[in-house]
Amino acid sequence: MERAISFTLNGKPARVTVDDERTLLWVLRADLGLTGAKFGCGTALCGACTVIVGKEAVRSCTVPVKDIAGKHVLTIEGLSKNGQIHPLQAAFVKQSALQCGYCTPGMIMQAYALLLKNRRPTRADIVRHMDNNLCRCGDYNRIVEAIQEAAGATKARAS
Amino acid sequence: MKPDEATLTENGALSRRDFLKIGGTGLVVFFWVGPLDAFQQPPQPYAEAPPSTPTDFNAFLQIRPDGRVTCMVGRVELGQGLQTAAAQLVAEELDFPYDSIDMVMGDTDVCPWDVGTFGSQSMRVMGAILRAATAEARAVLLQMAAEKFNAPVERLQVSDGVITDPAQGKRITYGELVQGKRIERHLTKVPLKPVSAFKAMGKSPQRKDALDKVTGKAKFAGDITVPGMVYARILRPPAHGAKLKSVDTSAAEKMAGAQVVRDGDFIAVICGRPDLADRALALIKAEFDRPQTGLDDKSIFDHILKNAQPPKVMAESGTLADADKLANPLEQTYFHSYGAHAPIETQSALAMIEGGKATVWAATQIPFLMRDRVAQALGYSKQNVRVIVPYVGGGFGGKNNAQNAIEAARLAKMIGKPVQLVWRRDEDFFYARFRPAAVVKIRSGMNEGKIVSWDYTVYAAGDWGAITFYDIPNQRTTTVPITQTAWRNQDNGAGLHPFYVGPWRMPGAITNTFARESHMDILASNAGIDPVEFRLRHLTDKRMRRVLEAATKQFGWKPARAPSGQGVGVACGTFYKTYVATAVQAAVDKRTGKVRVERVVTAVDAGVIVDPEGTRQQVDGCITMGVGYSLSEEVLFSNGEVFARNFDSYEIPRFSTEPKTEVVLVDNPELAPDGIAEPPIITVGAAIANAIYDATGARLYQLPMTPARVMRALKQS
Repeated sequence: MERAISFTLNGKPARVTVDDERTLLWVLRADLGLTGAKFGCGTALCGACTVIVGKEAVRSCTVPVKDIAGKHVLTIEGLSKNGQIHPLQAAFVKQSALQCGYCTPGMIMQAYALLLKNRRPTRADIVRHMDNNLCRCGDYNRIVEAIQEAAGATKARAS
Repeated sequence: MKPDEATLTENGALSRRDFLKIGGTGLVVFFWVGPLDAFQQPPQPYAEAPPSTPTDFNAFLQIRPDGRVTCMVGRVELGQGLQTAAAQLVAEELDFPYDSIDMVMGDTDVCPWDVGTFGSQSMRVMGAILRAATAEARAVLLQMAAEKFNAPVERLQVSDGVITDPAQGKRITYGELVQGKRIERHLTKVPLKPVSAFKAMGKSPQRKDALDKVTGKAKFAGDITVPGMVYARILRPPAHGAKLKSVDTSAAEKMAGAQVVRDGDFIAVICGRPDLADRALALIKAEFDRPQTGLDDKSIFDHILKNAQPPKVMAESGTLADADKLANPLEQTYFHSYGAHAPIETQSALAMIEGGKATVWAATQIPFLMRDRVAQALGYSKQNVRVIVPYVGGGFGGKNNAQNAIEAARLAKMIGKPVQLVWRRDEDFFYARFRPAAVVKIRSGMNEGKIVSWDYTVYAAGDWGAITFYDIPNQRTTTVPITQTAWRNQDNGAGLHPFYVGPWRMPGAITNTFARESHMDILASNAGIDPVEFRLRHLTDKRMRRVLEAATKQFGWKPARAPSGQGVGVACGTFYKTYVATAVQAAVDKRTGKVRVERVVTAVDAGVIVDPEGTRQQVDGCITMGVGYSLSEEVLFSNGEVFARNFDSYEIPRFSTEPKTEVVLVDNPELAPDGIAEPPIITVGAAIANAIYDATGARLYQLPMTPARVMRALKQS
């Protein structure tokens, strides 16, 4: 059913009038022009489309847009604050935790949700939380290190 | 042979030639020769480059008035870090700040012609050309400054793009000197910097693409938009070889905003939104005649052996027959299943036609060849097609073609609107040109702890890595003819395969290394000798000895006859001039057959190292993907239907399967930098197979070594 849906997108009010069964991924990409979240599998198996809804990481390729009415959506485009990249983004750069970069926005958003809940994740915590985000270039160890580094930086910044 | 596979045609027998001329295409591929090759002494590198490569440095470099330099190369950034390494090369040879170099890649209207980004040869081939062009540009700039200052060129100094004459206290930047003009002057025989003078190379700068990729700003083909763009979905057959019998598109046509277009069996839906195109496609009712070939992932190996053309001898030395009389021959057959590339970005393209000119943004490893193919498909001249390759979300050989770009271009022409076509995951698997299923047979003989005979035949994998580097007096290497080495031709190998196959990260060499290095371990164990010691006894090649010793030293290898119960394994391999040795620690769950790779140490000698961190990252990536092809990645199929459809039916590595990895870079500054993005993958499979044997006494003869195969091997051990 086509209807107006209002939500908060990267801290700003957003409103789309669309078929409400359409998926959040394609509304973000094709209707709102935010192409940071990527299409990888279409069935929540790879995590390339991960965004934050509320405080949870979700697979935007399987979330109908009607489910986000009234909610806060955060995408990779909304992570930088006042021109400063987020500590997670800085750590991914520093650790060179990317190659082709296609999975990277989803990885960072998935990690963001982890750090919201667990400020000092162990390596095992990270592996468990990140395990359904796939990186074909094989940067898993670097990504774990980047998340650990960002966790330290986030903690330092908060204190 | 098609021109796009031209540079992939090197094999062991031909690699020592200076030139390899490809019949009919007019394409000449140069392979650098000798230890002190072009990277050290490049008198006329252009002369040996493929003939379509520009010979004018202006094609590669633009000195801009704003003080920056644009470097243009026809290759693409797949994640392998070429954008960074190429900028380092330019920074070095031009004496210019790395951060002030902007890379433009893979745009056929802007960049110099290039054959494509594959075969781990960007540094070896393109790097040498780019370096020579840059050295010439620097020499010309110095000459221009000398004239301006009225000073001898020898007196001038250059640093970070600023030329100074200390005697007169004068200075000028490259940008001021050139003033945005094209440089018309040229020089020949400009020397390159010696490795000992390197400042920018040998370091690990921040990746050029890192900031764009962590902020979501990096554009991939599917991220490009143009006004009036629409989205397409194409009707696909359920199996390879299936023929469309009947189709009813009426429901899709009735859907608001959907359009159905048809050209014979090529049927597509067009929508203003991609997910609505999916919905429209689901409304099409189609019936297909499906083939009954009887071929599946189990029967394929017999099919290959029965239908292979008579193998031909690639290399031979000594006398096998005499050795056979002396030795107790051991015959063994090794198998390799089909594998998919499975990059996280599916094939993606946007095609726009305006005023008789087509522009196609495509995720491809071969922009110039795709330009030619799109031109052919549309009936346009090459000049009227522009292919632009933005960032590519992984290639691994799977984007050495881009069927998808041709489909998008055809649709754009049919409907007169720009068309974006991003394949679904199941389409990407279905049309992936898989790494070919293959069989290797080895017959070997031993005498007093040494191998005396080695008769090696490879079917369907291809010949890369087939010829052994071990010292064996009587040996022969045989392979099926080129028409059936299908990864090169990117077809079905004269009917050998039920679908098209193609190159997959270090084609041929994974299969051949798995077979050879598994066989070496079997012989070592039979002879009661530690597998590392056994290999060293058969190695005089100093570089191979050095990487093997470096890897096992870092690993802390404890010599023992396998199976020792430690769960350790090694393997050696080489591609062109890159040498690799890998040592693995693995644990096998005997109740489930699940293998856990705990630690992998790989030592690599790839000549002089341009970017140490980037090199380590490539090796890590090879280890990760290596664990995948070794343990889980297998394309199951039956009667042309491909059961690998998504990441649940084709399992690639993930965080929880990742081993601890350690990379030993054996620097070799006397040698030009060679490929690094592929060779370290070839040793992983055999090293894991050997570790499984060492842990359990169970020998695996087929890749991937799935839990079911491990359980079967455990029962037989």
